[in-house]
Amino acid sequence: MAPKVKLPKPGELSIIDYSLPATDWMDTPVEFKPNTFCWGAKGKDLETLGLPNARDWNPSEEDWKLPENWEQTVLDGIAERLSKYRSFKIFMDICVRCGACADKCHFYISTGDPKNMPVLRAELLRSVYKRYFTKSGKLFGRLAGGRELTVDVLKEWWSYFFQCTECRRCSVYCPYGIDQAEITIIGRELLNLLGLNINWISGPAAACYKKGNHLGIEPHALTGIIDSMCDDIEDITGIRVNPTFNRKGAEILFVTPSGDFMGEPGIYTCMGYLMLFHELGLDYTWSTYASEGGNFGFFTSNDTAKRLNYKIYAEAKRLGVKYIIGGECGHMWRVLNQYMDTWNGPADFLEVPKSPITGTVFENAKSTKMIHISEFVADLIKHNKLKLDPSRNDHLKVTFHDSCNPSRGMGMFDEPRHIIKAVCNNFYEMPENTIREQTFCCGSGSGLNASENMEQRMRGGFPRANAVRYVQQKHGVNMLANICAVDRAALPALMNYWNPGVEVAGVTELLANALVMKGEKERTLDIRLNDLPGKGGNE
Amino acid sequence: MKALYSFLAVIVLILIATLGVNVANMSSVFGIIVPYLAFVVFVGGFVYRVIKWGKSPVPFRIPTTCGQQKSLPWIKQSKIENPTSALGVIVRMALEILFFRSLFRNTKTELKEGPYGPQLAYGSAKWLWFGSLVFHWSFLIIVIRHLRLFIEPVPFFVQMLDGLDGMLQIGLPPIYLTDLFFVVAVTFLFLRRILIPRVKYISLPADYFPLFMIFSIAVSGILMRYFYKVDIIAIKEFAIGLAQFHPVIPQGIGVIFYVHIFLVSVLFAYFPLSKLMHMGGIFLSPTRNMISNNRMVRHINPWNPVLEVHTYEHYEDEFREKMKKVGLPVEKE
Ligand code: SF4
Ligand code: SF4
Repeated sequence: MAPKVKLPKPGELSIIDYSLPATDWMDTPVEFKPNTFCWGAKGKDLETLGLPNARDWNPSEEDWKLPENWEQTVLDGIAERLSKYRSFKIFMDICVRCGACADKCHFYISTGDPKNMPVLRAELLRSVYKRYFTKSGKLFGRLAGGRELTVDVLKEWWSYFFQCTECRRCSVYCPYGIDQAEITIIGRELLNLLGLNINWISGPAAACYKKGNHLGIEPHALTGIIDSMCDDIEDITGIRVNPTFNRKGAEILFVTPSGDFMGEPGIYTCMGYLMLFHELGLDYTWSTYASEGGNFGFFTSNDTAKRLNYKIYAEAKRLGVKYIIGGECGHMWRVLNQYMDTWNGPADFLEVPKSPITGTVFENAKSTKMIHISEFVADLIKHNKLKLDPSRNDHLKVTFHDSCNPSRGMGMFDEPRHIIKAVCNNFYEMPENTIREQTFCCGSGSGLNASENMEQRMRGGFPRANAVRYVQQKHGVNMLANICAVDRAALPALMNYWNPGVEVAGVTELLANALVMKGEKERTLDIRLNDLPGKGGNE
Repeated sequence: MKALYSFLAVIVLILIATLGVNVANMSSVFGIIVPYLAFVVFVGGFVYRVIKWGKSPVPFRIPTTCGQQKSLPWIKQSKIENPTSALGVIVRMALEILFFRSLFRNTKTELKEGPYGPQLAYGSAKWLWFGSLVFHWSFLIIVIRHLRLFIEPVPFFVQMLDGLDGMLQIGLPPIYLTDLFFVVAVTFLFLRRILIPRVKYISLPADYFPLFMIFSIAVSGILMRYFYKVDIIAIKEFAIGLAQFHPVIPQGIGVIFYVHIFLVSVLFAYFPLSKLMHMGGIFLSPTRNMISNNRMVRHINPWNPVLEVHTYEHYEDEFREKMKKVGLPVEKE
């Protein structure tokens, strides 16, 4: 462990130097500054996952303990992926370097480092592709934009592919839809061939593989955690909620990111699920085996992601449920929406989701048989099936952060807004260029929410924080709502740093606050067990 | 520096054509052999590249969703930005290809001192979109106009386009609007590349080279038409000859004509080797051309691997005692 480095003050971090280095990017070596990169993966975790070159290593040391003949491994890896992914081939070939994507990346905006422009991030890999896989690059080398694969190039890849949160914002603006997230995913796969993952990703992925969730919570501990949440719910509402686990024959399996099981404010969202499902009398079960909706394998390699994702359908099948509801999470939904069915489907043993309360059939999930909690709840609210008292949230002035993945890998915008507007009286949108498909990343996505890279995270989240600051100043916003467990883990630190006074909550927590449950006692506490300001508030 | 290399390369090409025709007297090489070769390389190369792309499968359905998904019936889906039907995708692609939809979104990010401290502002930035649109459309119209030289009788739509393009009726021969637009747009694209430091920093020789080529082609064409006023009848005879595979070298046509076709030939031959292939690639980009119906229709990955997984049985074997202790149901007692 390196000594703890102090985080610069917000005033310092918001002075951004956009001047360009005097040297061409190919001649500008990569630098590893403390507080801006993550620790290397641990050997034992790579071993658990069966990933190559399992050993402990440290990125700040000169020797990365690369395997023999690593260059060939990488080049073979590129060749293999070119033959497997049309996207990769096309994205390598057709970028015209127009620069439209350049100032769209939160990491470029907040660091001014030109290699954080999506186009250059891609060029780091594209230059090697050109040199070894195209005629022009083989013939003309650097003149055609090619360069040799060296250890320095490899380290540069590592640095910049772990400074991309795979948020896809660049892809929205590119005239050819070139998606740097896709290139980063492949870049990280190549790095993983050499055992060059980061600890914050491979640790959770290994835990998830063996124990069912990223946090490594074992089955008996999980029931204990949920049980103590039920105690809190009883204190708040006077109602005892009795969830079931691994129950065969339940109608619905509920899967949420394990981030909701531990740490504030994630747990409040989880309490929200418990309260909501109890109030509805839903016939559902939790699973300790498939106790992770998120997928840090997705930040490692396609294969690892598929192996972790396997549990969800497998468990649904074992328990004999009819369909699955998924909790609030960002990358989890990118995976569930765009990958799960392809990897581990077809889910022909399940039924098309049908809300037992409203009868709505979710045709939009007729193949995957898995719906998002926000879709489920928005439908309930639309049909007036929930009794809500939004004035319980009157002390909150709420804005909504669109998480990258549900936005640009799914398109879920109006469902959570519909819920927020029903459960809160004060809702304000951030500026137009920073929400919906143009939303800015929290700066900590794709497994980069470690603590050793805190400076990088605070930088990466600057555009998001800056937009929150705007509504904080203008409307007095004090609550940043979201539907993502990584957001709930990452945004509190970001708000604390840039916009003190703004708290973070999952949408389901806000819902639970407003939810009037049958037979509940007069509420005096909110979900966080804080005193609930009197109706009408004291503002 | 990178721009200079590319500039020099184009100068060398111009010299080759000039010397080749004037000194070495190789007008049939530059007038006939090179264009035919270039054409073959262009078509062959283009097809080869597209087939090569096509050979790699699209394992996952990964559209970039830029609008509201289709979910509940009362929530308005963005049918074009997040299409769930083939028609939606066709419209999305048409907007991309014909009107550069995504580039139209372009914004310019600026860090300013706002009322509450440093503030990021995202101003509208449509010049790149506008410049590219003018460039590509002028280019297309110019190419279509050139068909009048290769086809007899001249098809109606070509005549019409020709008439529209020259409708100002200024000068003799009348000035084509697209010639003006084209030169201005290429100049704009070049200037932004060298004047915006960030764009200059990412530019490679391969980015300047096509611009210089295209600029030189345009200028040589304009010189021929408006200044040297080369014999258009002779050129047409020659062009038709090329198109009908009995080429004849016209007499009395200046070297500028050979420079023009030589540059065009080189550009054509260079096309499949370069980023100019974005012309084909834009059709195949999976983030844009896929139907966003992931949860409705299963997408098949042809190489979907069979992998080792951690099954429930493994899991229960490891945790059975702990599970039983807290009353969790188990498969095996
Ligand atoms: S916007 Fe697309 S084409 Fe333009 S530089 Fe970026 S990746 Fe390349
Ligand atoms: S995917 Fe996001 S983080 Fe990565 S380069 Fe694009 S904008 Fe930046």
